Amino acid sequence: MGINRRDFLKLAGLLGLGGKAAFELVLPGEVEAAVAKTEAAGTRWALVVDMRKLTDKVAARCIEACHTLHNVPNFQEPPDPKLALSEDLKNRWQIKWIWTDIYEHAFVGFEQDHKWEKLQGMNFLLLCNHCDNPPCVRVCPTKATYRRPDGIVMMDMHRCIGCRFCMAGCPYAARSFNWRDPRPYIARINPDYPTREIGVVEKCLLCEERLALGQQPACVEASGGALIFGNLNDAGSPVRAALRAHYTIRRKPHLGTNPQVYYIV
Amino acid sequence: MADYKNEFGWFAPKPTVEKKIYSAKAVAVGLAIFLVVFGAPVLLNMGKVHPVPQPSLDTPAIQKLAEKERQCVEPTEWMRANHMQLLWDWREQVVRTGERYYTTSQGKKVLASLSNNCMECHTNKSQFCDQCHNYVAVAPNCWGCHLPKEQKVAQAEGK
Repeated sequence: MGINRRDFLKLAGLLGLGGKAAFELVLPGEVEAAVAKTEAAGTRWALVVDMRKLTDKVAARCIEACHTLHNVPNFQEPPDPKLALSEDLKNRWQIKWIWTDIYEHAFVGFEQDHKWEKLQGMNFLLLCNHCDNPPCVRVCPTKATYRRPDGIVMMDMHRCIGCRFCMAGCPYAARSFNWRDPRPYIARINPDYPTREIGVVEKCLLCEERLALGQQPACVEASGGALIFGNLNDAGSPVRAALRAHYTIRRKPHLGTNPQVYYIV
Repeated sequence: MADYKNEFGWFAPKPTVEKKIYSAKAVAVGLAIFLVVFGAPVLLNMGKVHPVPQPSLDTPAIQKLAEKERQCVEPTEWMRANHMQLLWDWREQVVRTGERYYTTSQGKKVLASLSNNCMECHTNKSQFCDQCHNYVAVAPNCWGCHLPKEQKVAQAEGK
């Protein structure tokens, strides 16, 4: 017994149509619902940086606000001059939650021989991108870093064993390791927020402690409108309005991490 | 019965070895050193009575509270036995689930935070926490990151 190619295709087509019709009879509307992209429920925090408003002064203010609030040590200029480090260690040990770097460093993969001249050496404000598909979370052996349902890539310092896999995994250099006790390098310790210990990795947590109180992240508050923060799943939120109205770029989107910090240039 | 064959030949009985301590002097000296070193803590502390820690509740923050409200999140007896488990649970709850409040057995909602709740009242960390922990020789690693409010109080009082 045989069936030729033409008859097989005819039969398959009929079966396909019949299957669809059967689905419509039994579960009307289900097929369309499964295929169509619906608005996701809940909260998905995201940040838009408006580079037209972000001057170096504003960026410095944002960094200052974040780093003083979260007890981020300053290895560049230690409060006690006796603790000063060599140039090499200053860079190697640097702890940064939010920092600036030029376009050419921050947007690798966007290179072109002739580009908009304003982008040349433009200082971008960089922080953890709170990726949808965070590589740091995939590689963490203790689940010390994990993705919260609201999109924040969170750190549980209690579980961090300091293996630094996450630092190798993060393509944005958003994570820093505490090579030594950071406390002596904090100018003014904020007693309401913990410091870190030697041997743990730290990064921006999108001010989850402030979000819990219904406040905006510290950098957003200090930016005076250059940073826009909100819920990506809410069509009426300021981030969605900014993303609708402007062309935005993200850092290294080709890596598939789906970063959630957007830049209006 | 002798073995079928051993290293001394067919059906040969094994030669008996005289039972004695070899290098008895050296062993005795070693044993004496061991006993002195390991027994020293016991011997030195024999008969001494170490004062039982008396954690004090006398802090300005607690004194300020009305007599009725002078109550920890759970009864004192329970806290004495279970505070470590409570703090452990808080830490999991706050960091992993994001739920920052704890409902006490009296149905009161309190902030689940070591630095921002416990230490607000118990501003005497070295007296209240360390004293007992030293007595029972435990070293909780909370303070590597979390800050006791002691320093803040000292600053406020101009010390």
